[in-house]
Amino acid sequence: MSSRFLELERARLLAVVAVVAAATGACQRETRDFLPPKPGAVVAGAASAAASQAEIANAAAMVGRYEHNAYGTSAGKRLWTWYNCSGCHGAGGGGGSGPALIDDVWIYGGDAGTVYQTIAYGRPNGMPAFGSRIPKDQIWQLAAYVRSMAGLASADAAPNRDDAFLTRTPESFLDPQKPETVKPSAAGGRPQ
Amino acid sequence: MRACSAIVLAAAAHVASAATPGDAGDWPMAAHDYASTRFSPLAEITPANAPSLKLAFTFSTGVVRGHEAAPLVVGNTMFIVTPYPNVVYALDLSQPGAPMRWKFEPKPEAFAQGVACCDVVNRGLAYADGKVFVNTLDNQTIAIDAGNGKEVWRYRSGDIRNGETRTMAPLAVDGRVLVGNSGGEYGVRGWLVALDAKNGKEVWRAYSTGPDRDVLIGTDYKPFYAKERGSDLGVKSWPVDAWKVGGGTVWGWISYDPELDLVYYGTANPGPWNAEQRPGDNKFTSGLFARDARTGQARWFYQLSPHDEFDYDAVNESVLIDLEVAGKPRKVLVHPDRNGYVYVIDRASGEVLSATPFVSVNTSTGVDLATGELHYAPAKRQRAGTVVRDICPASPGGKDWQPSAYSPRTRLLYLPHQNLCQDEEAMQTGYIAGTPYVGAILKIKPGPGGRRGRVTAWDPAAAKARWVIDEDLPVWSGALATAGDLVFYGTMDGWFKAVDANSGRLVWQFKTGSGIVGQPISYRGPDGKQYVAVLSGVGGWAGAVVAGDLDTRDGSAAGGFANTMRDLKERTTKGGMLYVFALP
Repeated sequence: MSSRFLELERARLLAVVAVVAAATGACQRETRDFLPPKPGAVVAGAASAAASQAEIANAAAMVGRYEHNAYGTSAGKRLWTWYNCSGCHGAGGGGGSGPALIDDVWIYGGDAGTVYQTIAYGRPNGMPAFGSRIPKDQIWQLAAYVRSMAGLASADAAPNRDDAFLTRTPESFLDPQKPETVKPSAAGGRPQ
Repeated sequence: MRACSAIVLAAAAHVASAATPGDAGDWPMAAHDYASTRFSPLAEITPANAPSLKLAFTFSTGVVRGHEAAPLVVGNTMFIVTPYPNVVYALDLSQPGAPMRWKFEPKPEAFAQGVACCDVVNRGLAYADGKVFVNTLDNQTIAIDAGNGKEVWRYRSGDIRNGETRTMAPLAVDGRVLVGNSGGEYGVRGWLVALDAKNGKEVWRAYSTGPDRDVLIGTDYKPFYAKERGSDLGVKSWPVDAWKVGGGTVWGWISYDPELDLVYYGTANPGPWNAEQRPGDNKFTSGLFARDARTGQARWFYQLSPHDEFDYDAVNESVLIDLEVAGKPRKVLVHPDRNGYVYVIDRASGEVLSATPFVSVNTSTGVDLATGELHYAPAKRQRAGTVVRDICPASPGGKDWQPSAYSPRTRLLYLPHQNLCQDEEAMQTGYIAGTPYVGAILKIKPGPGGRRGRVTAWDPAAAKARWVIDEDLPVWSGALATAGDLVFYGTMDGWFKAVDANSGRLVWQFKTGSGIVGQPISYRGPDGKQYVAVLSGVGGWAGAVVAGDLDTRDGSAAGGFANTMRDLKERTTKGGMLYVFALP
């Protein structure tokens, strides 16, 4: 009970900080990007071709923008459930048939570009490619949310509420991990 | 204790016909025999001498995911199969240390790992006429020459892109290999297929949902209860087209009665778990089928959990025994179900003779034997968007896949199982091929008393427990009963235990390298001695937190099992190793 109370207190404090920050010019958190990307760029290319470096760089920039943006990470969180990401990686990202995403192990890399690439193009050990199924801006939002679950997004932009019942500490209270790729141990890790 | 049960019901119980092919010292199929008793007639090892059991040899499988399989022993060869990548080894028992005779690598598609809900397990091989049959995670069945390890045929009967995988042990029956699919959490449509053992060609395929012609329901179909009768119930008991993604997979155990020439198996949960999306009874999920072994035509069906809301698959083993009930000898099957009841069913007619809770159950209040109806408890019914707390048993059930053993000597069924409850919230979910189709968040927790595992010695005639062993962790291993009146099982922190079959008293234990979720077996070696073997290697749904390196800060990880398995990561580590024991 007391830890729950503390969390609420932290949430209130955070909200105050966020309002102050917004008032002092940090508007990125509050921006709402409703317009989809320009025509022709809506759907990521079929998963057959390898992503171009330019596309990844551009995607990384978009993910970076969204992960400092409360609307972006919240939209990603909603898509996390809609697209059944939660079914494999756990409602709270602790993992299941897919690997945990809230820990400090990134099999293919946790930088924004790589996370985008993983969602869009899939991975051979079981991660489906979503690039041909969903719009690019949703992949950016998902990637931003995935990074926020690991504490890699701005704490003031990460979600801290759940539509369903909580199974772990809210994203905005997670301890940030080092944003670098940590290889799983040779014997135990299952690449995903 | 035996005297006690004899008073309650003059139970002239014995194992249904000597259906076991091969030598009495062999272990030719995962369940030992077609009646699925997992009873070894070997009696050299007893409660008196078991304390001096010693390690005979070990073998590292080279794989570290959950090892749920039973080794097979035919003649002087042992066959073992690993989890994905499903490597098959033949070990030469006639040589000191049992060296490898051959190794077969089926090289399944790596992508299959992503659609295996509950670790990348395999539950065992089948053997018949000089061939070993292996199911691979990517939906192949492969026949291997038992002598030289060369492939004879392979056949792919499912598609991982639709979320289908293969984890069950095939069953070889009279020139056919029976195989069923997994993937009830991915909107897969369940089926059981019979393959020609000679060439892998499909002889028949029986779906669990859809029109009668797909389910192989015809003129032979004579279910005992009125609720199972009607035409195309596999379509009509669903919203429009929902049966196409409705689950009812066949990933558990199959039994066979050669006299009636019927096979018995259970169908898995309906999908999605959010039951509000599929009003109706959702036939033919969460029930038991009896089918003609030659044609696949259904003889009877009994739905244990109609419109299931809790993931109560009916895939657990059906143990075929002859039992005297109310003064009459009956051919029955005994089926301990995930919904928390042990069912005793007349296996010729499908009539339920008794259904008795073996764990704490609050999702239902009982089974009406006249109608076969399971009475659900309204307080635990799902409402999307509402958290329902303290659901007992939890989704893994009062007992999951881990098979029980039946001793015709003690007339007791030895159940390895769990004592778990859960909080759950259902929510709307959409079907996306190849992704989970569940719509529920779970937090599993210990059941009443706080101990998560149990071994229960169940008297099917008296319909009550004779003794119970409480274990701290879920007992996720199979059980083995022997004519030496011992029962063997393993714990998830690695202890392999032998207990007195009459009292449950612990007589011997050995700490293996990793947690045990495999199925112990016993066989007579070429030297004439009795051996006991088990695969160690933690994993499966309950052990996924270790096998899959999951983050237990999220209670919903591993489908909610992480919530109650946080300590497992401090108590065991990954590993895959065969351990074989004998008296000195």
